Amino acid sequence: MSDASKEWPLWEVFVRGKGGLSHRHAGSVHAVDAKMALEHARDTYTRRMEGVSLWVLPSAQIVASDPGDAGALFEPAEDKVYRHPTFYKIPDGITHI
Amino acid sequence: MDAIATYALRLGDDSLILGQRLSEWCGHAPVIEVDLSLANVALDQIGQATHFLNLAGELEGKGRDGDALAFRRDVMDFTNCLLVEQPNGDFAQTIARQLLFSHYQELLFTALTGSKNATIAAIAAKAVKETSYHATLASDWVIRLGDGTNESKSRMIAGLDWMWRFADELFVMDDIDAAAMTAGVGVDKAALRAAWDARIDAVLAEATLSRPAPRRATTGGRNGRHSEHLGHLLSDMQFLQRAYPGATW
Repeated sequence: MSDASKEWPLWEVFVRGKGGLSHRHAGSVHAVDAKMALEHARDTYTRRMEGVSLWVLPSAQIVASDPGDAGALFEPAEDKVYRHPTFYKIPDGITHI
Repeated sequence: MDAIATYALRLGDDSLILGQRLSEWCGHAPVIEVDLSLANVALDQIGQATHFLNLAGELEGKGRDGDALAFRRDVMDFTNCLLVEQPNGDFAQTIARQLLFSHYQELLFTALTGSKNATIAAIAAKAVKETSYHATLASDWVIRLGDGTNESKSRMIAGLDWMWRFADELFVMDDIDAAAMTAGVGVDKAALRAAWDARIDAVLAEATLSRPAPRRATTGGRNGRHSEHLGHLLSDMQFLQRAYPGATW
């Protein structure tokens, strides 16, 4: 087993697929600093033309919601169907919606 | 082969042999991210080799394509520089080789974008972006290892010591190079040396390293006089076509 304390810190990688789209979470890489994290992200997640822009940020900086709170946080939205913008007609030829 | 075909062959052989060397790291790099980095560089090199060797075969006009040139030649017929066939050693030794070669290759390809041979110019224009990234990657690692721990520094110094004597060959201008340059196809490699020196010195300074002590330059690769290492590399790379000539899948 590898010694976890010797492992490089983890970074989360976000890739923008093309101009106009938002960055989406692609995965994570290990790296000692931001510069190396960008290089590793480039080599790991954009080698098949997946992206035009990269974000990396330390995984430790992510604040996550508590799974135990999921009921209070997300279930109240379940019966609010009127919040979906499904009552509009979308013109032909509109993409990325 | 005439001078222009040989010129293309040399470009292809450099990329091919370095690509093969780097691919030996596949599955063995220190961490998986570095494994992918090295594999990406290897694939870039093999892609360049495919283009240059196909061109060399076309110019030769004897029906040989890139595959025939890669897999059905023996050691003495290879024209790569000695630097690219040097063994990987440890990670630092591999990175030392990459530093010296990628900066040379980026300068060379930048100059070759002006080649009168449209195919060479087009390959160079595509490849220079790849090579520019390789040079950055190698420089970053030399700086990290050189300016890192005592062990990483001593390994980086040893790696540079191993590779340094093969740097001069990169810039040698022989009859083939002169003929290609006169035809407007090739470039003056000797003229790239000053820019290369400046780049390497800048990286070494940031890495808190000094230039290795001058050694007598080792040359001969362009004319098929190789180190023992190339034969072993070829026996790996060419095994399938030697054992099963013409096999496809």
